[in-house]
Amino acid sequence: MQQQNIRTHQFDNGLTLVVESMGHVQSAAFSLMVPAGSIFDAAGKNGTASVLANLISRGAGDLDARELSSALDNLGLQRSEGPGLTHMSFSGATLAKNISAALPLYGDIVLRPHLPADEFEAAQAGVIQSLRATEDEPRQKIFLELRRRCYDAPWGLPTEGSLADVESLTADDVRAHFETAFRPDEAILGVAGNVDFDEIRDTVGRVFGDWESKPEPEFATAPHGPSQDHIHHDSAQTQIGIAYEAVPYRSPEYYAGWAAVSVLSGGMSSRLFTEVREKKGLCYSIHASLSSLHDDARILCYAGTTTERAQETLDTIMVELKRLGDGIEQDELTRCKARAKSSLVMQQESTMARAGSIARDWYHLGEIRTLNDVGQRIDALTVDTVLDYIHNHPARDFTILTIGPQPLELSQ
Amino acid sequence: MKFHEATLDNGLTIVAELNPQAHSMAAGFWVRAGSRDETTGVSGVSHFLEHMAFKGNEKYSADDVNRIFDEIGANYNASTSEEVTLYYAAVLPEYAEQTIELLSTLIRPTLRQDDFDMEKKVILEEISMYEDQPGFSAYEKSMSAHFAGHPLGQSILGSAESIGALTSEQMGQYHTEHYQAGNITLAVAGNADWDELRRLADKYCAAWPAGKWDRPTTEAQPTGSTDYVTRESNQQQHLMQLSPAPAAANPLRFAAELLSVIVGDDSGSRLYWELVDPGLVEAAELGYNEYDGSGTYLTYLSCDPKSAAENIERIAAIYDDVNKNGVTDVEVEQSRNKVASRVVLRSERPMGRLSSLGSNWVYRQEHQTVEDDLKILESLSAKSIRELLEAYPLGQMTTVGIGPLEAPTASE
Repeated sequence: MQQQNIRTHQFDNGLTLVVESMGHVQSAAFSLMVPAGSIFDAAGKNGTASVLANLISRGAGDLDARELSSALDNLGLQRSEGPGLTHMSFSGATLAKNISAALPLYGDIVLRPHLPADEFEAAQAGVIQSLRATEDEPRQKIFLELRRRCYDAPWGLPTEGSLADVESLTADDVRAHFETAFRPDEAILGVAGNVDFDEIRDTVGRVFGDWESKPEPEFATAPHGPSQDHIHHDSAQTQIGIAYEAVPYRSPEYYAGWAAVSVLSGGMSSRLFTEVREKKGLCYSIHASLSSLHDDARILCYAGTTTERAQETLDTIMVELKRLGDGIEQDELTRCKARAKSSLVMQQESTMARAGSIARDWYHLGEIRTLNDVGQRIDALTVDTVLDYIHNHPARDFTILTIGPQPLELSQ
Repeated sequence: MKFHEATLDNGLTIVAELNPQAHSMAAGFWVRAGSRDETTGVSGVSHFLEHMAFKGNEKYSADDVNRIFDEIGANYNASTSEEVTLYYAAVLPEYAEQTIELLSTLIRPTLRQDDFDMEKKVILEEISMYEDQPGFSAYEKSMSAHFAGHPLGQSILGSAESIGALTSEQMGQYHTEHYQAGNITLAVAGNADWDELRRLADKYCAAWPAGKWDRPTTEAQPTGSTDYVTRESNQQQHLMQLSPAPAAANPLRFAAELLSVIVGDDSGSRLYWELVDPGLVEAAELGYNEYDGSGTYLTYLSCDPKSAAENIERIAAIYDDVNKNGVTDVEVEQSRNKVASRVVLRSERPMGRLSSLGSNWVYRQEHQTVEDDLKILESLSAKSIRELLEAYPLGQMTTVGIGPLEAPTASE
């Protein structure tokens, strides 16, 4: 792996800049995380951050909505913005020479958005339409609803919002969210690509330097939904979602946990794919992954299968989840390591992937883990360390949700 | 970046765009076989065969194929369209031989009966999965309506009935006819050695049967129709509309690509400002699809059923205006900047280059560098769009709706 050139700088107002200079590419990308995610939606107002994300680029600084959009398009910026749980994220990628011109436009969006009151209804309608579309897509809905049932609120609530809550929001709710939650403290800007650190630091200092620090807004917690549940939906397939506890990214045991879930679901030779799809032909789509918040994490497991075969699918998956504790083979771990190595090397081909990764590292760890460091941690895993992890964090206390025409037997 | 091309005695073509600086190598076999090449008795066979490819040959079992791909950390998969079945992998450069050997294995599978029976269940699950996705159902039904009586209207997945009745003998016959070496192109992008690739192609592909299968490519002459499939439990109305556009070999295709960005990109386009920005719809997009001999403009609309008719009218008004008055130089310039940036960003990964390298060769027997693409883009103007619109005006010829609506209702 090539030596990476990563530098960080913290501004007086709390904003952290992380820059990875990559000499061999033509592009540059950024990922700006503002600590104004959906967990700060007030109780009964889930979706405030989501509507704000829709409204925030409708004019900023001296530019109206169309002028702003044209300015970003003319820089060739491939961009997205959206509410996350803890942070609202703004990301973009373009030719490296354009990045210094793009950042001031994001300064306007984050510090001086117009949030036009007469466009609130349009933004709200856009979010409502997209929530309704999710209702028609049980494959998407299962994850939103599973999270509600395995994480306490506000962490389990959908970042996109809840339909009834969004319908009751006002323009003032959304503006209040902007005024209290948009702050430089705990904001992170990751930049990766063919860029010079000093130049980016100076640009960012000019653009975001006078962003004023504010106290962290409060958020309300509430218990999660039922651990076993079924949602009726007229569909050909039944969606199955299963969750159980895992360790977060910052845990020393994280890579062992990652390896455990990779044995289950990394690649087509993994256990779930082999046992459920290849040997029994029970489904087309099946996977499990480790989903990490800052202090908490779950294994989230998914399968979609026709209703008459759903019970057998669920039962087969449960057997595999529990069987992990009986042992894993050296070959299984070796394959996980090979896949990890390859994906680490290929990350260096994408400035967008690197910008997102360094920003997330800072959020979770308060430092950047180089690809070499990650590679060494993965190399150091043994069958015993992975098994220790599985025994310390066994597959049990499941949250199980199904969506489809009929409920299933959910004996744990 | 260096381009190479060679043809084996049996007719297999190898094209490569090599870059010794790249971190990875991406390789793919492009087989000129898809749903348009199927006779009605074997509807869905191309796609089912793509699945069977992973079941191995005399040397490798299905487990072996999945295991070895994972052992080398490959990022691999396959896809089937109306015209091409593609088998691909992105790997670290040191695994070039294993990758070419395994991908070659996929091209000539044994089609064992027990594997065939098991995989049939997976295909039926995949059909059910897509049936539950309104957007996909609308796409498939609109293709079938628009190209009624033309091979491009044939379903990629097939139906539960056609898959249920399909035999492994029929699949074997289809394979013999369509997987002849003259129908196959091996494309490689990224970090690899040309002489080594030649050697590997000789070693693993030279024994494949020679020959070529030619498809009829008469331009379709659709006449248009309107069909609504009622699903009362859906929240949103999903609509797909098709109209004729330039074919893959038509030089007007570049203008068509740009026009689809100007009019129907997911942000900053005419459809975006008129329908998405005001919150009237969840999505309204225009795409351009090219095929051998034919092409389509594809309009996708997802919105509240109550306003579907009005939204279709709004789109009609936009298309009328574009057809009459063309587009502005400012729009052309802005969309060119967007597309240029996309081209460069995609090219930074060998996997991104592979798709452009392969399709340029399979459809047009030509090699286009990133610089060539950018030069063509630079040459496009409002006048090029005018020429395109004279030959292929935007339209809403064929409509398929999926959702609560029973039939088009007139707006107030």
